[in-house]
Amino acid sequence: MTGVLETALRDKRAAGRKLLVPYVTGGLAGWQDAVRAIAAAGADAIEIGLPFSDPVMDGPVIQLASQMALEGGATPVSILDETRTLDVGIPLAVMCYYNTIHHAGHERFAHQLVTAGIAATLVPDLPLEESAPWCTAADAAGIETVMFAAPTAPDERLPRIAARARGFVYSVGLLGVTGERDQLASTAASLARRLKAITDVPVLIGVGVSNAAQAKQAVQVADGVVMGASVIRRLLDDGADAAGDYIAEVRAAIDG
Amino acid sequence: MSLMAEPSATGRFGEFGGRFVPETLVPACEELEAAFRDAWADPTFRADLDYQLRQYAGRPSILTECANLGNHLGIRLLLKREDLNHTGSHKINNVLGQALLAKRMGKKRLVAETGAGQHGVASATAAALLGMECKVYMGAVDVERQALNVFRMKLLGSEVESVQSGSRTLKDAVNEAMRDWVASVETTHYCLGSVMGPHPYPWMVREFHRVVGDEAKQQCQELFGDVPDIVVACVGGGSNAIGIFSGFVDDRTRLVGVEPAGGAAVGRGQPGVVHGMRSYLMQDEYGQVLEAESISAGLDYPGVGPEHSHLASIGRAEYPSVTDEEVITAFQLLARMEGIIPALECAHALAWITREAPNFPGATVLMNLSGRGDKDVAQMMDILAR
Repeated sequence: MTGVLETALRDKRAAGRKLLVPYVTGGLAGWQDAVRAIAAAGADAIEIGLPFSDPVMDGPVIQLASQMALEGGATPVSILDETRTLDVGIPLAVMCYYNTIHHAGHERFAHQLVTAGIAATLVPDLPLEESAPWCTAADAAGIETVMFAAPTAPDERLPRIAARARGFVYSVGLLGVTGERDQLASTAASLARRLKAITDVPVLIGVGVSNAAQAKQAVQVADGVVMGASVIRRLLDDGADAAGDYIAEVRAAIDG
Repeated sequence: MSLMAEPSATGRFGEFGGRFVPETLVPACEELEAAFRDAWADPTFRADLDYQLRQYAGRPSILTECANLGNHLGIRLLLKREDLNHTGSHKINNVLGQALLAKRMGKKRLVAETGAGQHGVASATAAALLGMECKVYMGAVDVERQALNVFRMKLLGSEVESVQSGSRTLKDAVNEAMRDWVASVETTHYCLGSVMGPHPYPWMVREFHRVVGDEAKQQCQELFGDVPDIVVACVGGGSNAIGIFSGFVDDRTRLVGVEPAGGAAVGRGQPGVVHGMRSYLMQDEYGQVLEAESISAGLDYPGVGPEHSHLASIGRAEYPSVTDEEVITAFQLLARMEGIIPALECAHALAWITREAPNFPGATVLMNLSGRGDKDVAQMMDILAR
């Protein structure tokens, strides 16, 4: 059965809408306000990051946000507790590193997500070959697991990734970690194009989609975009409303 | 079959190991595994590496009988002198292997992490020898306490980046080296410095250090016609220990890996996943990785190589810990009684031997003296002046 996130994304895509999934680090000061503002500004789903001590896929902005959230006392349990009360009317996903799941236990973590009203997970250090124990527990609990595809993947790998993906396929835009770049990398469109050719699951480009213009460029090929560092920078510098205003600007650009 | 055979197809040693990396790096790990498998079976590659180990690194390293300290402790004490290798530690064995392999794979650039600086210096050395570019990531705390090694790396033509994130020690240097590799994977080889990380690193690095155990076993045979009763080595990630253990794992020899009390992954950790592997890991109740803290930068690592976790879980090797105070005493003891200044890392192994010797009188004990102490002299000067 298709899950809540994938159903929502497919329905919106079918209606001709480009998909926008911003990321917010859970536990940061004002993070719940940011989630509400971003939802109101036209996000189609939101990724909530559970901060980890060793975020190897993240660049300086999200590293800093993670460190600040942890120093503020945030834990996976406290963030999921706070998520339960959000009620923003769009699907919520959790972005976490695998040790957070491994340490809690697969079934227990899946249950915690269900209780918190979370629809899906993204686990950037859990590649296809290691994903079975988590995906089995997640499938059983009705939690969708988004899979990552990277520009380095040979052609034969992409259909296997797409077949395991629930919610959407995360098309990694460039060779590198999260963070803003001056231009959208050429790899962003080429990988998204390769994925669109082999799967019907929504394909969203993330990592290095850094502003409204780049988002507009990305959705010429992909079904949508994931945006993280550019959102967090605004949240850290100017607060939740600024993050919401930014998402409204991106929304307008990709709709136009 | 040997207890230290090839890991499973998914890179497992028992329930430990694996390949928990961002998707971007999966093809690179697969390519590296295939290239290593091919090279390791190729007599030409083996001959090239053997040539460099002999004429450049100075292998074989000797076995030194420590009669003074041995008599003092009531045991027979032998040291495998990896400190006499070029660059001053065992690290050169692995680095020459990986650099030759990287070159064979057509990579032009190395990135490496370093704690005490020994692996960074070895990587910078191999890069200079083979005409490759090299960038070394080192925690800001370690840059400060190992200034001499930072300068050595720069002299050798490498770039050294001081890592300011997290605990600013070895674990954060690994994170930063992995981030570099995610961005540079097409031209760059990640020259990982220990038997850790994603498959195939724990296996490949062990194979490059196997020479330590193989030589030591032959030297023991020649010296006294038997294997030692006990083999002891310090353990951070665990590369020097795995190297010497590999020579004796299928014998009756007792294997002891000594961890610092402030970085006892096996002793105080639980299974966890970080840096591409499932292994024992010091972590809090939510799985956040804890910061290791010891006198020795090279052992300040909250994890341990997955094969050590396996050897511990099946009871084949044991992993006790020693305190900084015991290490400081052992460091001075070897200097005064044998005229050998050990690296602070190996002083951990000696600290365990001196503490436990009354429990095994007359035993033949082989210790891996994996590095020389020159780099630690300034730090010891400060400590002993207090």
